[in-house]
Amino acid sequence: MADFNSEFWSWFISAIVVGGFVWMLYLLQINNKSQLPEGGKAKPTGHIWDENLEELNTPLPRWWLYMFYITIVFGAVYLVLYPGMGSFQGVLGWSQVSEYETEVAKAEAEFGPLYDKFLNEDLAVLATSSDAMRTGERLYVNYCSVCHGSDARGAKGFPNLRDNDWLYGGEPETIKTSILYGRTGAMPAWEDALGGDEGVSQVAEYVQQLAGRDINTEVAAAGKAKFDMFCVACHMPEGTGNQAVGAPNLTDNTWLYGGSAMAIKQSIAKGRAGRMPAHAEFLGEAKVHILAAYIYSLSNESK
Amino acid sequence: MNDETMTYNYTVVRQFAVMTVIWGIVGMTVGVLIASQMAWPAMNFDTPWLTFGRLRPLHTNAVIFAFGGSALFATSYYAVQRTCHVRLFAPKLAAFTFWGWTTIILLAAITLPLGITSSKEYAELEWPIDILIAVVWVSYAIVFFGTVATRKVKHIYVANWFFGAFIITVAILHIVNSAAVPVSLFKSYSAYAGVQDAMIQWWYGHNAVGFFLTAGFLGIMYYFLPKQAERPVYSYRLSVVHFWALSFTYIWAGPHHLHYTALPDWTQSLGMVFSLILLAPSWGGMINGMMTLSGAWDKLRTDPILKFMIVSISFYGMSTFEGPMMAIKTVNALSHYTDWTVGHVHSGALGWVAFISIGAIYFLIPRLFGTEMHSKKLIEMHFWIATIGVVLYITSMWISGIMQGLMWRAVNTDGTLTYSFVESVQSMHPFYVVRFLGGAMFLSGMLIMAYNVFKTIAKRQPVVATIPAPAAAH
Repeated sequence: MADFNSEFWSWFISAIVVGGFVWMLYLLQINNKSQLPEGGKAKPTGHIWDENLEELNTPLPRWWLYMFYITIVFGAVYLVLYPGMGSFQGVLGWSQVSEYETEVAKAEAEFGPLYDKFLNEDLAVLATSSDAMRTGERLYVNYCSVCHGSDARGAKGFPNLRDNDWLYGGEPETIKTSILYGRTGAMPAWEDALGGDEGVSQVAEYVQQLAGRDINTEVAAAGKAKFDMFCVACHMPEGTGNQAVGAPNLTDNTWLYGGSAMAIKQSIAKGRAGRMPAHAEFLGEAKVHILAAYIYSLSNESK
Repeated sequence: MNDETMTYNYTVVRQFAVMTVIWGIVGMTVGVLIASQMAWPAMNFDTPWLTFGRLRPLHTNAVIFAFGGSALFATSYYAVQRTCHVRLFAPKLAAFTFWGWTTIILLAAITLPLGITSSKEYAELEWPIDILIAVVWVSYAIVFFGTVATRKVKHIYVANWFFGAFIITVAILHIVNSAAVPVSLFKSYSAYAGVQDAMIQWWYGHNAVGFFLTAGFLGIMYYFLPKQAERPVYSYRLSVVHFWALSFTYIWAGPHHLHYTALPDWTQSLGMVFSLILLAPSWGGMINGMMTLSGAWDKLRTDPILKFMIVSISFYGMSTFEGPMMAIKTVNALSHYTDWTVGHVHSGALGWVAFISIGAIYFLIPRLFGTEMHSKKLIEMHFWIATIGVVLYITSMWISGIMQGLMWRAVNTDGTLTYSFVESVQSMHPFYVVRFLGGAMFLSGMLIMAYNVFKTIAKRQPVVATIPAPAAAH
């Protein structure tokens, strides 16, 4: 659809708005003449439909009429003060964007110092400050719990933050980096490279052996051959993973996408894509700093 | 007497009147089911076509277009013949509107649970059904305006102004908003994009409320209330003023659905200003209804049909006060996206639309089937159970909605939000249970009505509705 950028449309809008107000006032004016006859009883108009349907010619109720006028006057004043008449901005110069910016600036001025004062504190020390951690918990509940859960124990595809098992590392500064810039986990789909279902099953068997389960050693041996060829680059020869690329440790029986044979096969065959969004711009460094300390404090609980 | 032109055509009125009751039960049953899902999510039985997202549009379409639409067809076909003193124009086309409308409803009942949707609220049906709607609606217009054009009285009765405005405007709204580019038999994309699409959608959406659910039902009020009360309409002048003011003002009100969005500021302001001005034109209808009863208040004690009508007018007055208030930007900042909106819609849809329809159908059934209603006591019972149901529904949604709005905006001393979203959901649970109960009561009332209506029909006598000569006063 076309954008209505021509000056004409501004005049068009203004004209029909003013015309509308005039029309309503005219309508009220021409119908506001008769008064009740002597005795205060309204007379019928004289039309009769369907044997007994009639209408009285009662004048407009005063209170209703004044209410109508008041809303019209309110509307007219509002359209002088605020945008409405085409491109006329209104004498107050108000806009929803400026209202938003003013409110945000006011909130920044009021609350910003509360966060900034922690910015230079060491994260490990901050994690022990009950004042900062109260704020940290509130931030967590509002911004993180949707994926990581109200109890921070995660869900399928969303890491548990309390178990001291870290995809990208659990040092305070690393946690802060994860929150600030986000993370993109990419496990490729290996179905074709492994030669279909049989190859996938073999590797899955070996992965379960790494996790210390009872397995078919013959199948697992075939899986190991393939694992050594395709998987070690990220998951390392012993399957212990690599935090530098976010490759999970396969030996610890912690499973981001489920640990059943079926789920493991699914992960190998079809791949997985995990995405932690970046919060640097959205929350700003000061809030992320507190959040990082809070997350670090959660992992410390279970140490 | 055998000459068809000497009698009124009640066949199509009967069909629509009976279907009003049936579609009411269907639409409200779906409503109660999805209300229960809000309180107990397991009520979707893990079945895709029973999930909230699929059934919510079925609920709204069934109650607005199937129940409300059938009530409007039945009452307008009845009233337009009788106030024009002439048999319905183009009887075959009138019969087509019934079968066409019924087909549309059945197609909606199949496609919506399958997830086939254009995703526009209250206009979810896909393009082939939209075309059928347009054809049926134009046929309706021909039948209605044909009847008005061949009338035997000079003046057009006020109910017909409202029915007429409703028919014309809904045709325009439907055709413009449903304009789409089809990509397959079951999928199309809107002809508009971005915020323009949103604005067209809510221009349609709010006028579906303004003309389908208001002007049309004011038509019902203007015929059936004076008939049942046996009193003249209070003020002809007020009818004139509020008819033109209402028709003009409603068209502007859509942008209040899009406050604080990408919609330009000037459009939002106009939507708010005209929504506020809409208060007086709306109340004009309420006053005319209420005051028509003055002098016949005693009848309220004994006549349950009048009770339905007067309560419906009260709810109309209340929700048309609430609406303009909610359109004010500062109020809207609290109420938008909360259950308050849901409560507001239902005080209009249950309190006003359903109550006036139910009153009119109770008026019609004995006259269409040539016998008395099976039980007046059951009408009385229906009235009370439905009234309590509505009150439970809207008060629970008021509390829940305002609580939601307040919880979402509450902040701690450090500027963080006091409540997480899920905490607000948890707090709403008891109110969802009450809403479910309110809805279930309203539905029970409809079941009582169905029993009463079918018992009445079982005793039916042939009806010959001779067209009387227009009164001499003309």
